[in-house]
Amino acid sequence: METIKLVYPVEGGDLIEAGEASSKMKLTLKKLGLPQDVIRRASICMYEGEINMVIHADGGQAEVEIDPGQIRICMTDTGPGIPDVQQAMQEGFSTAGQTARELGFGAGMGLPNIKRYSDEMHIDTQLGKGTTVTVLIKIPQ
Amino acid sequence: MAMRHSVMLDPKRCRGCTSCIKCCPTEAIRVRGRRATILPDRCIDCGNCIRVCPHKAIKSVGDSLDRLHGFEYCVALPEPALYGQFHNLDSVDVVLNALLKIGFHKVYEVARAAEILSDYERQSIRRGPPAVTPQLSSACPTVLRLIRMRFPKLMEHVTDTVLPMELAAILARREAEAETGLSPEKIGVFAIVPCSSKVTAARESEGLSRPVLDGAFAIRDIYLRLLGPMREVEDPAPLSSAGILGLGWAASGGECAARLGERCVAVDGIENVIRMLEEIEDGRLPEADFLELSACTQGCVGGCFNVENPYAAKLRIKGLMKGLPVSRNRFTLEGEGRALVRRDKPLQYLPTFVLDRDRQAAMDKQRRIQELEAHLPGLHCGSCGAPSCRAFAEDVVLGRASMDDCIFKVRERMRSMAGSKEEADDYLPPPFRRHQPEPTEK
Repeated sequence: METIKLVYPVEGGDLIEAGEASSKMKLTLKKLGLPQDVIRRASICMYEGEINMVIHADGGQAEVEIDPGQIRICMTDTGPGIPDVQQAMQEGFSTAGQTARELGFGAGMGLPNIKRYSDEMHIDTQLGKGTTVTVLIKIPQ
Repeated sequence: MAMRHSVMLDPKRCRGCTSCIKCCPTEAIRVRGRRATILPDRCIDCGNCIRVCPHKAIKSVGDSLDRLHGFEYCVALPEPALYGQFHNLDSVDVVLNALLKIGFHKVYEVARAAEILSDYERQSIRRGPPAVTPQLSSACPTVLRLIRMRFPKLMEHVTDTVLPMELAAILARREAEAETGLSPEKIGVFAIVPCSSKVTAARESEGLSRPVLDGAFAIRDIYLRLLGPMREVEDPAPLSSAGILGLGWAASGGECAARLGERCVAVDGIENVIRMLEEIEDGRLPEADFLELSACTQGCVGGCFNVENPYAAKLRIKGLMKGLPVSRNRFTLEGEGRALVRRDKPLQYLPTFVLDRDRQAAMDKQRRIQELEAHLPGLHCGSCGAPSCRAFAEDVVLGRASMDDCIFKVRERMRSMAGSKEEADDYLPPPFRRHQPEPTEK
């Protein structure tokens, strides 16, 4: 009932526009007067997830649910899936292509950063079907 | 408390055309009753609306030159952008000497204070890295207000120095007191500024608890008065006391250049500034040590009080640098004087955008805003007087507008009252029709 829902489609193949969803979400979070630290962490998680969806999965969708006690960000794509999640979680590991690397992405920090800045993180992936990354950020009262 | 802005509306000229509402980076303008109104808490004096208004109805006013009569001894603090406004000028001294002919008794260049501030910064850099990086420039009052409103987390990144014109005012007043023996209230200190935001800053400082200026005059108001006297200056006294670095502060990149050797980048134009602040807020620019941020395109030479276009002004200032030493001023203040370059009050968060101070209430309002927005046409036509359908929904929830202010919602209601379901395209203006042939060329 009390949840605020935000939905952002993320365009595939457009690294220039990537980051737009996290910017928009950030502005809404600021209007709610949430703690600066919470806003920053949510924004970083969203940004990294957005980049991942653009680089690896031809886009997807980010859904944000804001409750008084937490922010839940759910990023869903219909991309190739992650073959080895444990490996993908290692800092520095990346399967990003040449174009993404030339633009300064693909440092292998995406998922590790999401892990670092979130309170909970869950990856649900199926090869050939897609990936859903769910992130929880708690809002201290 | 609302700021005492210098940006204001001329109700006689405004026709309520809504050109201005969309160019405002803080959504501070609404049109009501055929004229624009500015929400004072949101305005950051960037001047975008002044530039875009087709009826010249929004203007910014510098202080009246009559103020000079209120003082026995008057000091002019010209910003370096002033020097870029004149054709065939071969020395800054001509401008400074002419200022002494139009009612000022002394000049103190803001470029000089800028050099002192730059040297202070270079000394700080040598002492070691700052607590947080990147450091953000504190020189543009519009950017400072933007950070206070929308990027409070970045307030700690802003360098602790006062505006160059503020330091110039403090030092000039000291000099004037020593030279004349007059008591402080008999000395008037006035900046000559390129933009509205510095007029506002002279009235209400971002970083100083007490005002140090007695007023700020617009470059364009001084310009015409200077032309005649400048022609009469034959053998100008060597008054200029700033070098290449100080003059460079007039344009974007000048402050960076004066920091020497740091990983600096200059960002100009308010939209670009916002984009970079977003990046820094999320920690995506770890390679930068310092960002110079100017609300105006090309920096201060792009301010709305300038007479000349920013590119020509920049070129001319470059010409004036020829033969000047790199820098002619150092930060040599000792003891208590060292604190003069620093703000004496911290930057304070302005929660202008927060929907409600109570978080639960803010969340309720946000939810209602989203519900309303979902029922709006999403055309951002501006007929309601708000810059976008989302801003309008926000206005409705915050009590600034009623849902009936949307012409589409009213039409909908009238149709349902008349019992008709189909929307007749003929009665809508072409941009809003669902079926409209594309325009063809003759």
